Parts: sequence; structure tokens; C-alpha cells
Amino acid sequence: MELTGAEIIIECLKAEDIDYVFGYPGGAVLHIYDALHKQDDVKHILVRHEQGATHAADGYARSTGKPGVVLVTSGPGATNAVTGIATAYMDSIPMIVITGQVHKHLIGNDAFQEVDSVGITRPIVKHNFLIKDVKDVASVFKKAFHVATTGRPGPVVIDIPKDITADKTTFAYPDDINMRSYCPVEKGHSGQIKRAVDLMVNAKQPIIYTGGGVILGNGSEELRTFTRKLGYPITQTLMGLGAFPASDELSLGMLGMHGTYEANMGMHHCDVLIAIGARFDDRVTGALEKFCPDAKIIHVDVDPASISKNVKVDVPIVGDVKQVVTEFNLALEKIETRNNEAELKKWWSQINEWRSQDCLKYDRGSDTIKPQFVVEELFKVTQGDAFVTSDVGQHQMFAAQYYGFDEPRRWINSGGLGTMGFGLPAAMGVQLAHPDDMVACVTGEASIQMCLQELATCRQYCLPIKVINLNNRYMGMVRQWQEFFYEERYAMSYMDALPDFVALVESYGHVGIRVDKPEDVRPALEKAFAMKDKLVFIDFITDQKENVFPMVPAGAGLNEMILGSS
Amino acid sequence: MKHIISILLENESGALSRVAGLFSARGYNIESLTVAPTDDSSLSRMTLVTSGTDEIIEQICKQLNKLVDVVKLVDLTEDTHVELELVLIKVRAKDKERDEIKRLVDIFHGQIIDLSDTTYTMEVTGDSEKIDALLEALSGIKILEVVRSGLMGIARGEKAFG
Repeated sequence: MELTGAEIIIECLKAEDIDYVFGYPGGAVLHIYDALHKQDDVKHILVRHEQGATHAADGYARSTGKPGVVLVTSGPGATNAVTGIATAYMDSIPMIVITGQVHKHLIGNDAFQEVDSVGITRPIVKHNFLIKDVKDVASVFKKAFHVATTGRPGPVVIDIPKDITADKTTFAYPDDINMRSYCPVEKGHSGQIKRAVDLMVNAKQPIIYTGGGVILGNGSEELRTFTRKLGYPITQTLMGLGAFPASDELSLGMLGMHGTYEANMGMHHCDVLIAIGARFDDRVTGALEKFCPDAKIIHVDVDPASISKNVKVDVPIVGDVKQVVTEFNLALEKIETRNNEAELKKWWSQINEWRSQDCLKYDRGSDTIKPQFVVEELFKVTQGDAFVTSDVGQHQMFAAQYYGFDEPRRWINSGGLGTMGFGLPAAMGVQLAHPDDMVACVTGEASIQMCLQELATCRQYCLPIKVINLNNRYMGMVRQWQEFFYEERYAMSYMDALPDFVALVESYGHVGIRVDKPEDVRPALEKAFAMKDKLVFIDFITDQKENVFPMVPAGAGLNEMILGSS
Repeated sequence: MKHIISILLENESGALSRVAGLFSARGYNIESLTVAPTDDSSLSRMTLVTSGTDEIIEQICKQLNKLVDVVKLVDLTEDTHVELELVLIKVRAKDKERDEIKRLVDIFHGQIIDLSDTTYTMEVTGDSEKIDALLEALSGIKILEVVRSGLMGIARGEKAFG
């Protein structure tokens, strides 16, 4: 039997076991929406802006490990999706974005709602396709899912002209895939693995530094075994939080610009750095010429281009993190005695001395609500068991620093691109994927307004997200930089004309609570999480001038942190 | 240092712009670029001349390899190889200039491939230094047009890429 291109798309999604598509209809995708309408297997979530669709699919993907799927129309539908595609690209999130396109014969004619979607998205996708024949639909989808989800994952855009969604052909979803130009390396080089293990077991001042790659590569269990077997200190990037439990003694917390004192000092003074699924981002390394001056560096990554890109490494290992760390563990099992115990003891006592700085302390006796306090209370009320999404800025750092993530895929934030507006739509994707779990969106009054329209989507699909709005009436991180580096000239960082958030969310049919006293923080959170079927927006009126510490200023080394004043 | 990177890529629309876009997005420079289908019509062969430190060249090769349309690549400058460029030059050629230009073309083992009463068009192949030397030698002549193909290259001996 022959199917239309639109019907074939739905069949492909079914074959890939896709349960949700996030999207917004428009002229070029109406055949696809009609095909969606005629079936129940693939559910469609109607967002209020295409950026929301991409972030929701992204949140879904980050929290499940499955690819998120987006469906938008041509022209503005595609351009509105661009920020979300770039967000997913920077954080290597598997995503399929189907963009409608004008009729094939109109392409290039400046037709209504025409843009060159493939051209616009080329630098922010792992790969993209323009389908030119209905016979190619199934094979393109097969390839797109394969590329998006294997190796270093990433978003793939499929641009499909409207006439092709009406054309007919027979449907057969390919079982196998053969792409001569795409074959990601999985198994690490055994010689390099041996060199790495030799180096690590003889280290005197080792540190393990892991990133989002461990989570993306589902290597969390293997990493735990590995770290505990070695008994070495471990620090995780913003993207890596939760791969190793924050509550474990071996964990030094996050490193980098707003990392802990012990993590950054540990990095600076280490003699062997074991980097796994991390990419030496500038927010992590600080000034490159001052980075880990005495260290031999081992780097495991599935993407060869990430190795020695910013920092020259001594033992590069290209491979799937899970597989390589498993090889490490097998090799470590065979080692009976290690002769670095005395040095390791000394190293740990040095680390514990750094730890005793208690770099995350803040004024707990304050009359105003401290943002750190809200996150700590959120942790207690949810018993550390919530999925936490965030937007970008101070609140994001506070959430990363004070909510101790013990499990992977629980901390959902835009690390690479730093996209304000990410938190709420991402939380929608997370909540849909985990209907019975607690989902909190930690945000600020500036970020939340960037995708505020998605409150309507939350209402439509009854998504009981808890929005933790840390409202300091400033773009906090901008204000912080202006305080430190621009002599307190607060250019455009003050948020004037704020809405009454409580009234606003109530107009969408949600529950709003305003909290302005520290003693009301806990009861408000408890009340919110007790309302299991409601979106509750808590507007916490927080200290206006609180800053994120520690901080590694631009151009400084990791050992040159500014610590908090309190 | 100059590097000649030879790339086999899928002969698909958009493949060239992926390569060109990568270079502009990451701030690498392209000195020359030639591309055409190979004997296998599903593949194009691209020869790209770039320069940079060893680290930059390593990163360029890795980033190129990451492009899904790139099937394989080799840095020809890592080993012995032959490199060649084709140039077409149209010059003003009148009266006694005509003999002089003809002599020059012979010295460079080129050919006059087209002429008019007042012009010559010559074709010369060789490595880039030879082409540069020819252009230098023509400095006394009025050059109307220069078309350089960009460098092409191939490994010496048994080694075959494809």
C-alpha cells in the first residue's frame, strides 16, 4: 500500500518508538498535522512558540536519554526554533527537528514563509537534510535518528517541502543503516588505556574531572565504580552534575568559574588529571596558560575533535565513555597493590584543608531571603529527588552549587549556549517524560519572561511543574559583573515594570504564591509540592545584591578565585 | 606552514558549503579550494590549501572528519606528493611583444591556447612557485586576466587515496 510523505513521517516516528512530538502547526506542515490527527500513537504537544518546542524536546531528551522530536512550519517556524537547536547542539543533545518547507518548485523564489532552513541551521546541527523525493523520507529519518543518537549526540534537522508530504510511495523502514562517511569510534585504543591506567595508579595528586559526556554516554554507574575503586577526588562540570553523587565523600562539587575552592585548587595542583567526557570549556579552565600547570592529562572522549582542542593532553583516548571506563575498571581489578597510598593520604589532607574553607557559606541570619537558602530548602523539601531545570544566570549557579545532585539526568540546564528562557519549556518535556516525579524550574524574574507564554502549554497539558522564581529585580549575573568590573554602572540590568507574577500565573489557571520572608520559604515550598496536580509558581523576593561565589574572574587561573565576603 | 588537505566527500548538494562554512565559522583560512566529482560519481574530491600551526591543522582535520558528508581525508603534506596548479593568463600581445611572450611561454613549458590580433591566452601548469615565477616574468606585459585553478595534489608512489 502506498502512503503519503506525511503518513510515512508518522510511521518513521512510530518505528523509532517516539511517544511525543513538540510543535506548532503552519501552512507547510499541514499534511503532517493531518496525518498526526488520524492516529493516537504519537502524541503532539502544542507549544506557544517554536523556541518552547525545541527546549521541551530538549528537556525530554536530557531527562530520558531518548531523542526529542520537534515539528515546526517553514520560515518563521524554523527561525524561531533556531535558538533551541543551537542550545541542543552546544550541549550535544539528541534531537530531531522536522521543519516544513515551501513546495519544491517554489524553493529559491522567495516564496511566502520561505527561508533556507538547511542553510540557516547548518552551523548549529550535527547534520541536516533537505528531502527532495518522497522515496527518500524513510531512509532520511533512519539516518537522522542514527546520527542524532550515536557518537557525540546532537540535533539533526530534516527540512521537507510541502508537496513531498502529499506525494505517495510504498513505505518500508530500513532495518540497517550504512553510512560510509559516518562511523563513530566506540572502543578505546587498548594501548592508550594501558598507558592511562599506569599513569593514574602511580599518581600522587590525582583528580578526576568529568563532564556531560558521562551522562550522555550513560556511563554513570561505571564512573562510580571507577572513582570508588581508585578513591580519588572527583569534580564535575556544570553539565556533568549527578553522574557521580554530590553527597559522596569523594566529590569536590563543581569546578570552574563558579566552582568550589577545593575543586579548583585540586585541579590547579594535581599531577594527574583524568578527564572523562568533558571538553575543557573556557568556563572550566580559566586562563589556559595557567591551567593545571603540573599535570599529565588523560582525556577520554567520544569526539576526537574535543581532544587537545583547548588543552594539549598526554594520553588521548577516543571512545565511548561507558566502554572505556569499563576497560579502566577491568584493568584496575587486576592491580593488586598500589604504592601511592602515602602520597594519596597527604593529598586528601590537603584537599580537606581546602574544603574547610567552606567556600559556599553565606549569611544565614539575613532578614531578606537569600537565593542560596531557597535552593537548600528546595533540596530538603524534595529530598534531593526532584528533576531541576534552570534558566541562565545567578539562579542557575545557585541551583548547581546548592542542590546536591546524586543521580544523572536530574539537572537540566543550558550549559554551553547559556540560553535564557530554557527552564520552563525544558521542564515541560521533563514532566511529560516523568509524569509522577517532582519537577522544579529554578529561574529568575528576567529569564522566566523569555518563554513565559509556555505557561499556557503547562495549563493545557496539566503539567504540575513547580516554578521557583528567584526574584531580585535584577538580571543578577549581569549586575554582578557590572558591580565587579564596571564600577557599579548598572546599565540596563534592572528589571523595571515587572508583572505581578502571582496574578499573572493565576490568569493562566495556575497557583501563585509570593514569599518575601525567610521563615515563609519552607512552608511555601511544602505547600507547593503538596499540590501534586497543579503548576505552582512561587515568587521569592530575594536579596537584590547577593553574588555568586567563589568566582574565577576572566583571565585568571583556577587558583585565583574570589571568595565570598561572609 | 602550508598544508594540502585532500578530501573525499559525498557528491551531494550542500556538502561544499558545509566545508566552507566550517572554515569561516571557526576562523580557519582557506588559501585555495578545488572540487570536482571523481570517477565514482557519488564522490567529490576536494583539495584544500590552508595554513596554520600543527595544532590548528590537527583541529581542522578533526573538524572536517566530523562532518557527516566527509568520507575521508588526508594531509598530503605529511608525505611525499606531487602538487600542481593550472593557470590561464590573458595578456595584451601586440607587435614585437608577441614573440617575446611566446618565448616566455615556451620557457615555462606552457602553451598559447587562444589568440586575437591584440591578445594571447596562455595555459601553464606547475607548482605554485612556478606559476608565481611566470607572473613575475610577465610583469612587463599588460595582464588582462589571470585564472588560477588552485592547487591539486596526489601522493607519490603506490599510495592511493580513495
